[in-house]
Amino acid sequence: MKRVYVNEKWCLGCHLCEYYCAFANSGVDDMAKALKNVEINPKIRVEGDNKVSFAVQCRHCDNPLCVKGCISGALTKGDDGIVRVNQDKCVGCFTCVLSCPYGCITPSGTGVIQKCELCTQNGMEPACVQGCPNQAIVYEER
Amino acid sequence: MLKREGEIRIPSGCAISGMIAKDGAKQNGENIIKSIEIMHERSNGLGGGFAAYGIYPEFKDYYAFHIFYDGKYSKDKTDAYIETRFEIIKMEVIPTKDMKNITDRPLIWRYFLSPLEHIKKQKYLPDDDEYVFHCVTSINEKIDGAYVFSSGKNMGSFKAVGYPEDVGRFYKLEEYEGYCWTAHGRYPTNTPGWWGGAHPFCMLDTSVVHNGEISSYDTNRRAIEQFGYKCTLLTDTEAITYIVDYLVRQQGMTYEEASKVMAAPFWEVIDEMPNKDKELYTYLRNAYANFLITGPFSILVGYTGGLMALNDRLKLRSMVIGEKDNMVYLASEESAIRVVEPVLDKVWSPMGGEPVIVKVEEGKY
Amino acid sequence: MDFVNPRDFIPSEYKVIRNTDKCIGCRVCERQCANEVHHYDFDLKRMVADEQSCVACNRCVSICPTKALSIELNNYTYTPSANWSRKNINDVFEQAGTGSVLLASMGNPKDYPVYWDKILINASQVTNPSVDPLREPMETRTFLGKKPGKITRDERGNIVNNLTPQLTLDVPIMFSAMSYGSISYNAHESLARAAEALGTYYNTGEGGLHKDFYKFGKNTIVQVASGRFGVHKEYLEQGAAIEIKIGQGAKPGIGGHLPGAKIFGDVSKTRMIPEGVDAISPAPHHDIYSIEDLRQLVFSLKEATDYKKPVMVKIAAVHNVAAIASGVARGGADILVIDGFRGGTGAAPQMIRDNVGIPIELALASVDQRLREEGIRNNVSIVVAGSVRNAGDVVKAVALGADACYIGSSALMALGCHHCRNCHKAKCNWGIATQVPELVKRLNPNVGYKRLVNLVTAWNHEIKEMMGGMGINSLEALRGNRLMLRGVGLNEKELEILGIKHAGE
Repeated sequence: MKRVYVNEKWCLGCHLCEYYCAFANSGVDDMAKALKNVEINPKIRVEGDNKVSFAVQCRHCDNPLCVKGCISGALTKGDDGIVRVNQDKCVGCFTCVLSCPYGCITPSGTGVIQKCELCTQNGMEPACVQGCPNQAIVYEER
Repeated sequence: MLKREGEIRIPSGCAISGMIAKDGAKQNGENIIKSIEIMHERSNGLGGGFAAYGIYPEFKDYYAFHIFYDGKYSKDKTDAYIETRFEIIKMEVIPTKDMKNITDRPLIWRYFLSPLEHIKKQKYLPDDDEYVFHCVTSINEKIDGAYVFSSGKNMGSFKAVGYPEDVGRFYKLEEYEGYCWTAHGRYPTNTPGWWGGAHPFCMLDTSVVHNGEISSYDTNRRAIEQFGYKCTLLTDTEAITYIVDYLVRQQGMTYEEASKVMAAPFWEVIDEMPNKDKELYTYLRNAYANFLITGPFSILVGYTGGLMALNDRLKLRSMVIGEKDNMVYLASEESAIRVVEPVLDKVWSPMGGEPVIVKVEEGKY
Repeated sequence: MDFVNPRDFIPSEYKVIRNTDKCIGCRVCERQCANEVHHYDFDLKRMVADEQSCVACNRCVSICPTKALSIELNNYTYTPSANWSRKNINDVFEQAGTGSVLLASMGNPKDYPVYWDKILINASQVTNPSVDPLREPMETRTFLGKKPGKITRDERGNIVNNLTPQLTLDVPIMFSAMSYGSISYNAHESLARAAEALGTYYNTGEGGLHKDFYKFGKNTIVQVASGRFGVHKEYLEQGAAIEIKIGQGAKPGIGGHLPGAKIFGDVSKTRMIPEGVDAISPAPHHDIYSIEDLRQLVFSLKEATDYKKPVMVKIAAVHNVAAIASGVARGGADILVIDGFRGGTGAAPQMIRDNVGIPIELALASVDQRLREEGIRNNVSIVVAGSVRNAGDVVKAVALGADACYIGSSALMALGCHHCRNCHKAKCNWGIATQVPELVKRLNPNVGYKRLVNLVTAWNHEIKEMMGGMGINSLEALRGNRLMLRGVGLNEKELEILGIKHAGE
């Protein structure tokens, strides 16, 4: 399946992916309107310092521990390989947050969890990929 | 004031026609006049001319100079120049017939010349042709009002401002007998007003009639001028004539090879050729790049014992070949062939860049 | 706190304009500015800018996700004077404070005539058809190298290939010499990969060749300059051609200077000089004090590489360039490179960049004409550099007589350079003219090489369109075709030197 991959060699640590992610998931059509005076809570996070940095988001594992551990059936792995969350079913136990080895599942701030669904829910190529100024984040089959 | 040819570049369209007997049989100029006359619409009365091969058998060892003079002053100067460099075997006015359409005629003289050996040695030009080339270029460049428009052996060019058929009759071409004839009717876009600008253009025994306007002119001109040629008339045909002379006479190429320089195959064709050809054609396009001629042209190149027809590589000008027994006809239009020889063995149009070379049998010219 | 002598103070050249309605405080401008112009003020809870160090590289403007930024010229003034411009006055202030030579980079920005912009190109109408490059072959392949004066034939009468080594270019555009050191590893990789993809050449400059790039050797021109940095037998053998750099258009008469700060790690290894030491190449080659010495170096290099590679000689366009070119053409060089006074540089004394040399258009025209008059034009191919900005410039250069062009500045702009002209400060925010690893990685060669390929491909399309318009379907028929050019607003002398007529003639 096509996944988002990050090459730390080209990651500049500019954090733009986080903002594009937050904007894409905001449901607002203007970035300034969506993010002005907002503390963003993106589904992709840049780790590292100025010298070595790396953006991290859900790997859509073949055997996702989060899905195994989900007590309410909110997390599922679809036929397309994408691990999705049904926030209506999520009970906010955060078992998945604890079980994800990559730290890619985070509380949404509204009592449930949020995670990267490769922007399929936004009807677009992943925003982080499109917005990366150095093609450090790519969306491809490997 | 309108500028004279040589001071300004004048593009033109044209008609060309040629005929050659492979067995060397001679005919007078009536057929070639008939042939070019039928394409009257392709010229506009501002230039016509002919080249004929084998016409001076009694003087075949001497260079035949045909010269236009604006007046006595330029003739005196040229005569003085010629006298010190050649033995003059004969000099005469070229006979003409008065025609009401042929006006503003210059003085038209013919000389049969033999290079003076001691002057040749003095100038370190051991080769006769090279010596004559040098002298012709020198007269045309340096003597104001004098223009050598024909300089080969046993051949001659006849040209004027007017319709070609009138020009042919003006020069009484019915009185000359040649095994090869070419003709040209000119359609320049503005008034050249000078006879030197008509075709054919000649250097030694090479004559060129040309239909088209080449877009590579200044590239070709500036390249050929490096080798002692002077393009005094600023016309395409003059440059083409010099290129042929340079490639064939000076570089020792065959006409076939020279045609592959002037109308080189496209790279997409060369790249698909077998290795040996690919190397040759790549070599010619690289080493002689400046002599590639682009833009529309169809030319007839006359030389002692042969005639070559060549089109530009996109074939942007018409050219038809007709054959009947030992005769080969080459013209802008089929009509110009049929008017002379209604029944032909074979008629075809050569491809762009594909030379048609007709040779007279060895010993028959 | 910094205390500045008031006499040293120069107001900032630029203003950072931030649309606070659009700014979302993502701080990407802060992270991306190596000059530390932007920072987030936690008290004010908004972004602020220290414009004093802004160089107008526009990195922040380009990367800002909400496009909230723009850079404007700061509109301060001294008492207006047509003679004493703001720049002239500021230069005095700076030098009075530092006692130093003014340094500058990229090309001459001063208002000298740009002859390209005063030359117009012809097109066919009626008497001669234009050729449609979408429907007919349109050829831009060209060869660089000496042409033989005569054909030779084998015993069977076939013409044999008697050419000396040549370069084959699918497009008449190459990437000019920019050393590894003056520009980054990633910039070099981008140029090398693009040259390979385009069927053309890039040039190492005088910084040697990183071993990683040996694999691009057949598309590489290796340079030998007066400092001989990075020159060894293996290096010479890697290239498709060897270029002797005598001079550079941006700084004729002087050598190069790469600050020690740029020389560490691989740059030091590649140049074969110690880390941290300034790389100062001498003004002349100390083995070339005259033309006969040049000939010896040309043949030494040919000897060292078994006569398998063409040798190029690059000279700056200076006043008697035609005579020098003639000497070079007779000195055994296969390709002559002329670099005009608007050519770029990674660092040059400002006075030299702005005041020395002559325009490439005039230099090219006079060199081409001179070599033809001497009958030695076929001894060398002519490559021109020194501000070829677009396909129109390329067409004009070829019609004036060039065989091909080198592009430097425009190639860097394809890689992201915004022409801020601060390469000498080594803090290029676009990852080009810098060796700082965090900055270098901003230029991903996967992105860079494609942009170079795009640029040259686009130019080549335009060249073909213009050639077709003239009824020319092969580049060689455009070369030296000055009748295809007309001047506008040029005086008699300029027209005479360019060898072209005035429009309307």
